[in-house]
Amino acid sequence: MGERKIRVLVAKPGLDGHDRGAKVVARALRDAGMEVVYTGLHQTPEQVVEAAIQEDVDIIGLSILSGAHMTIFPRICELLKENSAGDIMVIGGGIIPEEDIRELISNGNASAIFTPGTATSEIVDWIREAMREKVSHKEGVS
Amino acid sequence: MCQNSGLAEISRARQEWEEEVGKLPARQQKFMTVSSVPVKALYTPEDIRDLDYMKDLNFPGSYPYTRGVQKNMYRGRLWTMRQFSGFATAKESNERYRYLLSQGQTGLSVAFDMPTIMGYDSDHPRAFGEVGRVGVAIDSLDDMETLFSQIPLDKITTSMTINAPAAVLWCLYIATAEKQGVPPHKLGGTIQNDILKEYIAQKSWIFPPEPSLRLITDIFAFAAQHVPKWNTVSISGYHIREAGSTAVQELAFTLADGFAYVEAGIAAGLDVDTFAPRLSFFFNSHMDFFEEIAKYRAARRIWARRMKEKYGAKDERSLLMRFHTQTAGCSLTAQQPENNIIRTAYEALAAVLGGTQSLHTNSMDEVLALPTEKAVRIALRTQQIIAEETGVANTIDPLAGSYFVEALTNQMEEECEKYFERIEAFGGVLPAIDAGFFQQEIADAAYRYQQEIEKKERIIVGVNEYVTDEELGIELLKIDPRIEEEQKARVRKVRETRDNIVCANRLEALRQAASGPDNLIPLILDAVRAYATEGEIIQVFRDVFGTYKEKPIF
Repeated sequence: MGERKIRVLVAKPGLDGHDRGAKVVARALRDAGMEVVYTGLHQTPEQVVEAAIQEDVDIIGLSILSGAHMTIFPRICELLKENSAGDIMVIGGGIIPEEDIRELISNGNASAIFTPGTATSEIVDWIREAMREKVSHKEGVS
Repeated sequence: MCQNSGLAEISRARQEWEEEVGKLPARQQKFMTVSSVPVKALYTPEDIRDLDYMKDLNFPGSYPYTRGVQKNMYRGRLWTMRQFSGFATAKESNERYRYLLSQGQTGLSVAFDMPTIMGYDSDHPRAFGEVGRVGVAIDSLDDMETLFSQIPLDKITTSMTINAPAAVLWCLYIATAEKQGVPPHKLGGTIQNDILKEYIAQKSWIFPPEPSLRLITDIFAFAAQHVPKWNTVSISGYHIREAGSTAVQELAFTLADGFAYVEAGIAAGLDVDTFAPRLSFFFNSHMDFFEEIAKYRAARRIWARRMKEKYGAKDERSLLMRFHTQTAGCSLTAQQPENNIIRTAYEALAAVLGGTQSLHTNSMDEVLALPTEKAVRIALRTQQIIAEETGVANTIDPLAGSYFVEALTNQMEEECEKYFERIEAFGGVLPAIDAGFFQQEIADAAYRYQQEIEKKERIIVGVNEYVTDEELGIELLKIDPRIEEEQKARVRKVRETRDNIVCANRLEALRQAASGPDNLIPLILDAVRAYATEGEIIQVFRDVFGTYKEKPIF
């Protein structure tokens, strides 16, 4: 299992069509050796969660530029838990003010938020590190 | 052109100079525009040796309009300062509009929220969390009346950024004017109504391309008869650029879309000169100063040449590329946001030197949230300073004749023609969309740009150089989450208080007509007058036309 590639779902929930960031990040993660699934646009939280479970991903990256982040992140986390998929990590990016980021992270509705200007290499490193921790945590428990 | 010494002599001197310069150290390995196009150290008369003043430039207001679409340009009247805005509910946005008009803004530009853009009423489940977030929520005539309350629609012009449901919002505007006692022929303004760039870049589509184009040609025909001062499409490169394209891609794809609308109008049986004069354009202004100026100059020339030579337009107004410009949102940085004021100022200057007809300057905080009133005021003042203090509006097309700018303008035109050939090879714009051609070209350019930043081949101040750890020093606008509930209540009240039998009959008439050949605009107007909601009308079209699905690529 050590050879398993990190599986990422890049998702565009909500109604806006700004997919530049999502696509650039998806491509950077793929170039970094991860398995990337991109949902395409205008996804409901239900569709995102269904895709995440179906594709058996380790992590979901949500791209939100419509200002709806304070409803979409909690909804997706709630749906993941309802579907016993709470171990799938949720991160995101977009036009999200600092204050909202703090709230999303402290409420456990996001593990990290990357705002405009973030280098894709930083996201790659963050995911790798988070996955290493997750694996060692699991091994520690079992 | 304009040589006192011969080209041979210049060429000899240039070679000597190059040899000398080649020995000097350079601060970068490569010099390129923001679109990754290489830039030479020096441009000389050799670079524009074939330029023919009368044929390629001519005078402002004369074919091919390279130097501007009006004879006197800003000496007669400055560009329209048109700040795009809208948020929360119609009432809040109305207050912002009246504030902007009181501050010397000369035209309105309406931003709608995502549910309105996608054709959902505020109480639709898909609207959850998005009501009034990125623009104003409009569900019915009731909201539109509030939005323009105390704003005389015969005195101002209004631009509405709306595409897939453009016909509905346009009818709402016409019906609001009727209520103010203003007849349609007195209305001036623009609907964006550019569905092709939605499939290509902005991605706010609803229906498949064919019925979408039918709605657009219905608008052309209705406007020509009843709303003659209205710009029926604002053919937009802005979003193509924001999605990551290069300047040339923005130009080529936008013009290709423009020609596709012309062909659709002709195919619908309209004479080109009945609708082409009302086509307008909308471009981005990014950070590369000279590249942008060259882009605008080339745009006018290419449009005029093709409209005349290929589409046989005879009315001079069909040849004029009139355009709005917005500074590049994608060039702004979340880091050190005050720096965005400076970026926007240079971009606005390029737009003015490029001869824009109207301009929106972004606010410094738009990379973080919708702008505050203060940020919007600074953005508007930026335009006023350019207009009143810098002197650049004193003379027309002041960069004409610059070896560099003219060479870049020519290069833009040549590169565009190459893209037209590639699009033609697919069989036109629609098949090229279907093949994912534009989407892939843009995604590749966006990725390359990001890579250049990460490798520091491109420096962005405050992002990958000159970085500080300062706390964000500016205040942000907050949208009250209660607005969604208020707006939901409002649309429900409209549905309860209107005459539901009349409304249902008009929606049914629209449904019948949608599957036939008749012009749909009069029927949409009837429906909105009866307070049918936007979501109800769009649902009728969804039922008849179906919806579009994109193949996601990255």
